[in-house]
Order: sequence, then C-alpha cells, then structure tokens
Amino acid sequence: MREVGLLVATRKGAWIYRSDAARQEWHADGPHFLGHIIHHLVLDPRDRRTLLAAAKTGHLGPTIFRSTDFGKSWSEALRPPAFPKAAEGQAGRTVDHTFWLTPGHSSEPGVWYAGTSPQALFRSEDGGATWEGVTGFNDNPAYVGKLGGTQDGTPDGPKLHSLLVDPRDAGHLYLGMSGGGVHESTDGGENWAPLIDGMEVVAGFDAGQWAFHDPHCVALCPSNPDRLYQQNHCGIYRIDRPSDQWRRIGRAMPAEVGDIGFPIVVHPRDDRTAWVFPMDGTDVWPRTSPGGKPAAYVTRDAGDSWQRQDTGLPPQDAWWTVYRQAMASDTCDPVGLYVGTSSGGLWTSADEGEHWSVLAEHLPPIYAVETANLD
Amino acid sequence: MKVLIPSALQSYTGAAQVEAAGDSLFELIGALDARFPGIRFRMVDEQDRLRRHMRCFVNGAQVHDLGRPLAADDEVAIIQALSGG
Repeated sequence: MREVGLLVATRKGAWIYRSDAARQEWHADGPHFLGHIIHHLVLDPRDRRTLLAAAKTGHLGPTIFRSTDFGKSWSEALRPPAFPKAAEGQAGRTVDHTFWLTPGHSSEPGVWYAGTSPQALFRSEDGGATWEGVTGFNDNPAYVGKLGGTQDGTPDGPKLHSLLVDPRDAGHLYLGMSGGGVHESTDGGENWAPLIDGMEVVAGFDAGQWAFHDPHCVALCPSNPDRLYQQNHCGIYRIDRPSDQWRRIGRAMPAEVGDIGFPIVVHPRDDRTAWVFPMDGTDVWPRTSPGGKPAAYVTRDAGDSWQRQDTGLPPQDAWWTVYRQAMASDTCDPVGLYVGTSSGGLWTSADEGEHWSVLAEHLPPIYAVETANLD
Repeated sequence: MKVLIPSALQSYTGAAQVEAAGDSLFELIGALDARFPGIRFRMVDEQDRLRRHMRCFVNGAQVHDLGRPLAADDEVAIIQALSGG
C-alpha cells in the first residue's frame, strides 16, 4: 500500500504524519526539536530517507539538522549555511535563519539548495552536511547590496524562497525573493537574471526594479516545467516559458476575496490546475482569511476561472493566516491538499479540495507543510 | 577553567558545566567547538560576534569583547539572555 508522509514545521518544533493512500487515518510522530524554530522540513525524494530541517532557536544561531533514517535519529550539519568572514574593517553578513530547502536535480544525488534570511543562496553537495554560498548569486555585483538585511522587508526578515530546479536540466534554476522578484539561472547558479516582466508592485514603486517586487511563492508544474504559477504580494500570476511575461491570472478571482495570499500549489499531473489560499490584502494587509471565512480557490483552466473550495472548513469567525510554505499537495489520485495555519490548525483534503477535515488542532504556529512519497 | 553551559547548549556538552582551556574567550569557545562540534556557531556568528541573545560572564562580570584574555582560574558562564519569553 502506498504511504504518504506529511512534514510539518512549526515555530516550536516539527511533526511527521504518515498515512496510507486513503489518507483518512494519520499517525503522528513528534514533536521533533521541541522548542526549536523549524522553518522547513523536507524529504529527499531521491532516496526517500534523508530529511533536512532548517532550525534555530530564539537564542541560538541557525543550523541544519539531518536524518538519514526518516527522523529516527538526527545529526547536525558540520558547516551550516553561513557567509564568509568579512575582511578587517568591512561589515560582514550573517545568516539569521535558513528559510527554504530544496533537493537538487535527480541526476545530482546529495545536492541541496538553501535560501536564507537575509536573502542568500547556499548549496550542499553532500546531502546537507556542509554548505557553501553560491557566489554567482550572493556576491554578484548586480545583486549584492540590494538583498536587504535581517530587518528589511517581511516582518521576520526578507526571505529567499521558492528554489526551483527544472526536472529536465540540473543547471536551470529559479528562485524568489520577498524583496524581491523572481530570478533565473541557466548555468547552475553562476549567472542570474531577473524574471519580473508583467509583475505588479505596490503603488508608488518602479516595477522595472526587481528589488521592489514581492513574490510570495512560486511553483513549477511537474507535468510541464515551462509553466510556473506565482502568488505575489500583488496578485496571482502565470508564466509560460520561453515567454518572459507574467500574466496576472488572479484578476479572475472574486473581487470581494481578491488575489492576495502566500502559498500556491500546483497539480502534479495537470498543468492547468493550481490552488491558492487567499488572505485579506486590504489597507494594513491583515493577511487573514477574507471575512473570517477560510477557503481554498482552485483553477482548472490555468487561471481563466477560479472556484471556491470551503466544504468542511469553518464557515465563519476563523481568522486564519496561512504562510507561504504552509500549503502542499501530494501525488496521489485524487490529489491530497494540506494547509497549516499560524494558529496551529492542520487541515487536509483527500479529494483535491472538495472536502476538508481537520487533522490536528492546537499545534504551534505552522510555518511549513511538505508531503513525501514513502512507498 | 570551569565553563557554565546554558541549557540550550547542553545537547552538545551533555553537562551543565565543563572544563576547558583558552587564553581568551575566542580560544575557549574554539576549544569547546573542537570537543563539541557545532556549539560555536550556535553562539557566535560567522563574523565572530556573540549572537544577539547570548551573553558571556567572566568571574561574574559581563564581557562583550570575545578577545578578552582569560586566566586558568577564571570562571566563565555562557548564558542565554532573558530577552523576553
């Protein structure tokens, strides 16, 4: 029987849930790292045993914990992501936390990428044991100086996120930055170029400057790696490469809901299907479910139209916040969806969002939810 | 010398107090890292600055300069700041 894993990273530790393909009964394993801030917990799909967890605590510096037995035992990275020591008299950068982890291409076992705050890109070639900065990005004259510090941008610091590897080409990479923009490399990270045309920015800023863009989450369609979806501070977008123009498909969302949110999730086999979980983006940017009525929205036609999916979710008085890493899909048929809230609720749908049920309540604030094929 | 280890770092040392040597706090922390790999980066960042919510005391007095010389009979306490919560 096929087994599905659900990897939940929270403000106070991590949990691992397992279920068979029916996804009706889940078995919890946790907490792991109780009290640690876990920004991301990811399984290596190439061996289906190696887990990496991006961790820090309120007092201690950032690190990466590794498990090669799916969480039975953990060890710490020998050299976590860190900037080089600055020359005497120069201000050096320091990693506040690792925010995002992405396994590398299937042809490169052991390769992982990490995105940090302040925004920087790191790479490991030994399964996450040691990490080096990607100098083509971190020290690129076009980028360095515009990447922000720990207190710029997002309340918890600007994030380098959405590290995407083209499944057809190990050297073709995308990344997103909360401050800002989407960027692409076609040579394994040695050179990068902004990919921001068509994306809007907050009124008063120049959309021609990448630093003013705020993609919240970018997803690449496994069934069509030329198609990417994006949930941005300023709407929902789609791009079909080789075009370099993003198109705001969120304009088809209901006006009273809007097209602001953090996560975006794509269907594993259908590049016309994607899900978002809208957040209130009015005036002071509350970033809570619009009207206190949580709902996913799905498009089945690549963004031409959107349908509300709220059956089983609280009908009212639920002021959820769902962070950019806290929504995920599995690869089952029908596709399972998973949503974690900042108020510690973990919700699942085993039928592509048509019906939702609660898997766990009262967890710490959920930062990230990832799925894992365990068969 | 005696080094007091805060609870958050005892997963590295396995003890609340360890014996270690060093002519300065830098050297002492380096010696701790050699014995307990990884402990240094949790309290000192890559620019050699003590992390924002960590504190070092030598013989009861707070020390901000990690280059401060140490004597063999000094007592060092590494603590987590009471930064709220």
